[in-house]
Amino acid sequence: MSRNLLVAWQLMRSGFRRHSAYRAAAVAGALTNTVFGAIKASITLGALASAGGHIAGYDSRSAMTYVWLTQALIAPVNLFYWNEIGERVRSGDIAIDLARPVNTQIAYLFTDLGRAAFEILPRGLPPLLIGAVTTGIHVPNDPVVWGVGLLSILLGICVSYACRFLINLTSFWLLETRGVQTLYLVASNIFCGLLIPVHWFPPSLQTLAHATPFPSILQTPVDVLSGRYTGGAVAAALLTQTLWFIGMMFAGHVLMRRGRRVLVVQGG
Amino acid sequence: MNSTDLTHSTVSDIVIAAKDLTRIFTRRIGTGRARTKEVVTAVSQLNLTVAAGESVGYIGANGAGKSTTIKMLTGILLPTSGTVQVCGFEPVRERTALARHIGVVFGQRSQLWWDLPLRESFEILSTIHRLSPGDAATRMQELRDQLELEDLLDTPVRQLSLGQRMRGEVAAALLHRPRIIILDEPTIGLDVVSKERLRQFLLHERAEHGTTLMLTTHDMGDIERLCDRVVVVDQGSVVHDGTLNALASLVNTQRVMVVDLVQPCAPMNDIPHARLTDCDPTGVRQSFTFSPADTTAAAVLAAVSARAQVRDLTIEEPSIESIVRTLYEGQRSNPTSTP
Repeated sequence: MSRNLLVAWQLMRSGFRRHSAYRAAAVAGALTNTVFGAIKASITLGALASAGGHIAGYDSRSAMTYVWLTQALIAPVNLFYWNEIGERVRSGDIAIDLARPVNTQIAYLFTDLGRAAFEILPRGLPPLLIGAVTTGIHVPNDPVVWGVGLLSILLGICVSYACRFLINLTSFWLLETRGVQTLYLVASNIFCGLLIPVHWFPPSLQTLAHATPFPSILQTPVDVLSGRYTGGAVAAALLTQTLWFIGMMFAGHVLMRRGRRVLVVQGG
Repeated sequence: MNSTDLTHSTVSDIVIAAKDLTRIFTRRIGTGRARTKEVVTAVSQLNLTVAAGESVGYIGANGAGKSTTIKMLTGILLPTSGTVQVCGFEPVRERTALARHIGVVFGQRSQLWWDLPLRESFEILSTIHRLSPGDAATRMQELRDQLELEDLLDTPVRQLSLGQRMRGEVAAALLHRPRIIILDEPTIGLDVVSKERLRQFLLHERAEHGTTLMLTTHDMGDIERLCDRVVVVDQGSVVHDGTLNALASLVNTQRVMVVDLVQPCAPMNDIPHARLTDCDPTGVRQSFTFSPADTTAAAVLAAVSARAQVRDLTIEEPSIESIVRTLYEGQRSNPTSTP
């Protein structure tokens, strides 16, 4: 067991180190997230003002907290195009992964957690600081909120990885996955609550969003961290995230087994 | 020794056992209504047994089924039919268990972490293979001495030259002291010096640890230096399986030495164990064909130098392709002569 933990730790470290090798990219990314955060903040404030100061329980302070937290979490929960495994299937490099004495899906999960651990500070902190100075944000003073908030972020990263892994695996059948990836990107960015909070959706769209794992990636961690949920609601939110994580991992596991049966290692 | 031990040792002496191993790929061609399926048999009823400590050259033309076989042996590809056991494991089903006993180098792919210093790839791999820290340190010291990796360890893999990277790849594949190492074109693209260094290391590794070796290559030099046994595949089936000498007796492995002389000279018909096969009208350029079993290039050159001053020379080795072609032609014209 301790050996397994050591493997997990080493893989996380590799993900962390791989991304920390490109610090300038992290700085550029943080700048982009901050600039877009400022745009999003002004649009959101405009919407609130025209609605009379409140929308679905959000006032300007909680709305600004939402804006800057989502901007800070974009990189750690990775809401961007990610096709590392799909690309490895396409090029045949997946053969290297399959020649290692580790479960490919689990190994990449820990590598991804290492990546997120690196990105959380350099890409998360700048937008939060700028937000706190310019529009003000709600900072929780209860350590419990911080604790469950961080746990919820961790689960958000896990759900995001499990979904991305699943989408990447379509490469076994399609090889060219840009279409699927684009569809995924659009659907996930809307339903995870990146553009506007899921709570602002019309009821039918909210139901649809909650039928997907996407709110668990971003909206839930933001809600937990900003103290929108209390007591049993926090537990329910974390449980929902956990169930989505397990479900998506299981689906990925099954698809991986199927995929290996149709695998043709490309490029000799 | 009781009978249980005997059975156990007999089983563990066989590293690879493939029986009627077959892999069929289905390719879709065209689009819409004109779309048809094409069935390609990459490996067809292949039988192969490799004992512990053997070194096997697995050769064939491009598309003969070499890489597909290797991917089935390593548990990466699922066989369509037939059975295969490697180190006593069923490769696809017991992939992770097998991976601890097997080392693989894919000459055209990298198993190192591209963005990280070479050292970190070894650290990650020794953890993945669950080596104890002491064991990993000893092994690493051994590999870095023999493969001269010392100065490369702090360089990110992406900045290594191909030759340097291949040394790193081989070290990565051998870090966990596998019982068998499978090399898929390990010397592709390497210069003469890098090739030689790699071959010397593999010879040493075998002598020291008795590691079983299987390699595919297009370089006859790899086979001659490293392999006791040569298996030739064509269209997914074994067409020759025997010692290197047996292969040499079947096909032409002769060398051609072309010498340019300083002065025109009469055709030299009297070089021991070498035949004059070409001589230009002036007698300045003469070609000698000889078999490495009878004489050496040095002896031929000495004999020629005793008769005239040599300005320049080249030695042509037979290519794997020409050997394979000769074998295939023999096969097809006389199908009953299969060994």
